[in-house]
Amino acid sequence: MSWKLFSLLLQASGMTILVSAFAIVAGLIIAIALSALRLSGNRLALGFVAVFVSFFRGVPLLVQLLLLFNLLPALGISLSSLSTALIGLTLCTAAYQTENLRGGFAAVPPGLIESADMLGFTPVQSFLRIKVPIALRLTFPTLISEAILILKASSLVSVVGVIELTKMASNLAASTFMPVELYAAAGLIYLAINQVVTLIGRFAEGRLPGTGVPAR
Amino acid sequence: MTTDDIPAIACNKVCKSFGSTEVLKDITLDIPAGQVSCLIGPSGSGKSTLLRCMAFLEEATSGTILIKGQPLGFSEQDSGFRARQPASQIRAVRANIGMVFQQFNLWPHMTALGNVSAALRVVRGLPKREAEARAMAQLEKVGLADRADHYPSQLSGGQQQRVAIARALAQEPRIMLFDEPTSALDPELTGEVLNVMRQLAAEGMTMVVVTHEIGFAGSVANRINFLDHGRLLFSGSPEEVFRKPRHPRLEQFLDTYLDRGASMLV
Repeated sequence: MSWKLFSLLLQASGMTILVSAFAIVAGLIIAIALSALRLSGNRLALGFVAVFVSFFRGVPLLVQLLLLFNLLPALGISLSSLSTALIGLTLCTAAYQTENLRGGFAAVPPGLIESADMLGFTPVQSFLRIKVPIALRLTFPTLISEAILILKASSLVSVVGVIELTKMASNLAASTFMPVELYAAAGLIYLAINQVVTLIGRFAEGRLPGTGVPAR
Repeated sequence: MTTDDIPAIACNKVCKSFGSTEVLKDITLDIPAGQVSCLIGPSGSGKSTLLRCMAFLEEATSGTILIKGQPLGFSEQDSGFRARQPASQIRAVRANIGMVFQQFNLWPHMTALGNVSAALRVVRGLPKREAEARAMAQLEKVGLADRADHYPSQLSGGQQQRVAIARALAQEPRIMLFDEPTSALDPELTGEVLNVMRQLAAEGMTMVVVTHEIGFAGSVANRINFLDHGRLLFSGSPEEVFRKPRHPRLEQFLDTYLDRGASMLV
């Protein structure tokens, strides 16, 4: 396989990384917001979160993307392929991340919140300053797993017209008649990206405040 | 009546039930300002629950709790209806109280300095430098200035509890509540925490201490309150508590300490 073809795959993998990174970060922010709604104890909020999570976890991502792609124009909203892909992937991972965070929030010892209460923290302050950092730290390994899953699932956004790694490989395979080489190369690039994510995760995990090495 | 005459904490007919279990039965107790009051009694006697009611971490089922004359948690309306206070009012009354827990409850993701300065920054809105300077002064007071940048996981239990005391003191409370502050510590570490508490008592801080350290209660407390099965059975000075004859239940309770070699105290 020529360098020219491989460099085209590398360029397309930039799109894979972009949509995945956006979805993970935006999905995490939405997941934290949904967790706050869930912890509020408001029944309406609980119902909303339950429906959101069960829909985006229960319906295949491919179907979600196709639905979004066809539904939005029908509602008179015209979005680019990229925007549609970002929204679809973000909402999906937000649902999974909300579930991941559930365990983290449940594992925050109530005493840590009582001490914040006694020092005058408002519920919002203790959520942002105490609960979120601790829940994130406890669920950090699952966040890394989710990032890897989303990197792989991002191959599906080609159905709404975004040219990412898988779509580029399939386009090139069709025009060069070298499917084995191209899909093998694409597979290796996914593997390499995910290895880097895993390493970053391990590196960061040992350096989260309050874990690992002594301060001095 | 001057403000000095108002008890720091006044519990009036406080009852607390968890489901059908009555944990506190009609507790009426004044905590005098500027003194150390100990709550002693066997496990399950309700002493921690009473302390937590004083901080409104538990809601009394009935009765009133006044902090410096101000109701905490519930306000009695003219009609006699007991209304829950808005959260802002609870925070305002609670600002008088610092609390120290058996399990320290330090935040694991912050250093000792971070733990002590967090509320100064978040609640009081002080700039970082000023908050950290004040926090450092409190850490110095408990003898831990050199551990300021250590995380709780890097500190011994006794050091963690001293950081927790510094954290509470940084908010300049007028009353300090201690919920079995040394029960999670071995005897050596217990000593360093009790020393900090002695120093605080000597400075005239109003303290309420739930403890199994009968020796500490005997030597530092101005008043000892003995609870059993949710009732306040005895309340008096250490001399009165340790002078015979005693209430039979108190006698039985103190005997268990005698058996464990604390006879020189009693």
